Amino acid sequence: MAAEGPTIDALSQFMLTPALGALGHSVNFTQANVFMLAAAALTLGMLYFGARPAAIVPGRLQALAELAYEGIYNMCTDQIGKEGRIFFPFVFTLFFFVLMGNMLGMLPYAFTYTSHIAVTFALAAMVIVLVTVVALRIHGLHFFSYFFPDGAPKLLAPLIVPVEIISYLSRPVSLSIRLFANMVAGHVMLKVFASFVVMMAGAGVIGVFASAAPLALIVVLIGFEFLVALLQAYVFAILTCIYLHDAVHLH
Amino acid sequence: MSEERDGHDRPRGASSGSPPGASFEDRLGAARRRQGLAPLQQDADGGNSSRGLSPPQGNALGMGLRVGVELVSALAVAVAIGWYLDGWLGTKPFLLMLFVVLGGAAGVANVWRLVAPPKPRRDQPPPGGG
Repeated sequence: MAAEGPTIDALSQFMLTPALGALGHSVNFTQANVFMLAAAALTLGMLYFGARPAAIVPGRLQALAELAYEGIYNMCTDQIGKEGRIFFPFVFTLFFFVLMGNMLGMLPYAFTYTSHIAVTFALAAMVIVLVTVVALRIHGLHFFSYFFPDGAPKLLAPLIVPVEIISYLSRPVSLSIRLFANMVAGHVMLKVFASFVVMMAGAGVIGVFASAAPLALIVVLIGFEFLVALLQAYVFAILTCIYLHDAVHLH
Repeated sequence: MSEERDGHDRPRGASSGSPPGASFEDRLGAARRRQGLAPLQQDADGGNSSRGLSPPQGNALGMGLRVGVELVSALAVAVAIGWYLDGWLGTKPFLLMLFVVLGGAAGVANVWRLVAPPKPRRDQPPPGGG
């Protein structure tokens, strides 16, 4: 309750609330879903309106769309190899879904859907299922040699195989926790320091001046959060590419 | 992402004469050959191995966070497996104990993969099937 004076309430920003009135309430359509749709619409809009002029000398939006396209395209081909082109649509979609989620969350009053482990783990699970299916499809049962590096002594197989399997299964967990933890930590930090500003400003004349310190820190943190938002989307996409590389090339 | 190539001013819709499956480098090379230009300077192996395989490492704090996440997630997966197998096989708590150890080892293996010096990538021949 905010009524009995300012308290630090850092976690209520992650709560889901139904959106779109009674209809949204009846189908559990939350504000997270609204922002996911917004992210998809923004990405599609950027590509559509960026590609539509099709100018030889690109304008700003077209340059953005082309840079995004070619950046992810080169990431795929650099990391995965020639076969990476098949996975380009997947990696592009994934990158922009995560990026838009992180970036939209930086708007005031916005909701960061990548701060929910349900979302990030669903994405990571999708990646790992795709990687496994691709590896099985290309290499067949030879895929299982992935869990036993050649050259290792046969005697150590009972030790190496479980360790490698756990290591493989921990990929989606670490992938999702990394994104989720970064987003939650950043937003909690912002909320805490923003609460400091309000609480100090309410504490008298000296507090009003002292509250400039956390305010300045927030400015720095906001910039840092933009960096983290971009970097985490990039890390998510590039780790997907690395896992796909492992699946295509196997060792 | 810093793109030096003249990828923007290729004529739209003009059929390049190369098979549609060819990569951009191949098509660019073919186009330059048709125009009588010298081939572009490329890396020895098609620009594939110039960049490292590992993602950007960021600062020390980011690196520490990544190491922590790798350790914890491997351990969490192992504990989940051990817990589940214990409940299934009725061997409480021995498999859990075993898998905690294995999970720690897997975490260290993950971290080693993260910080290990990059292996010299074998020149993979393009896989035939696929």
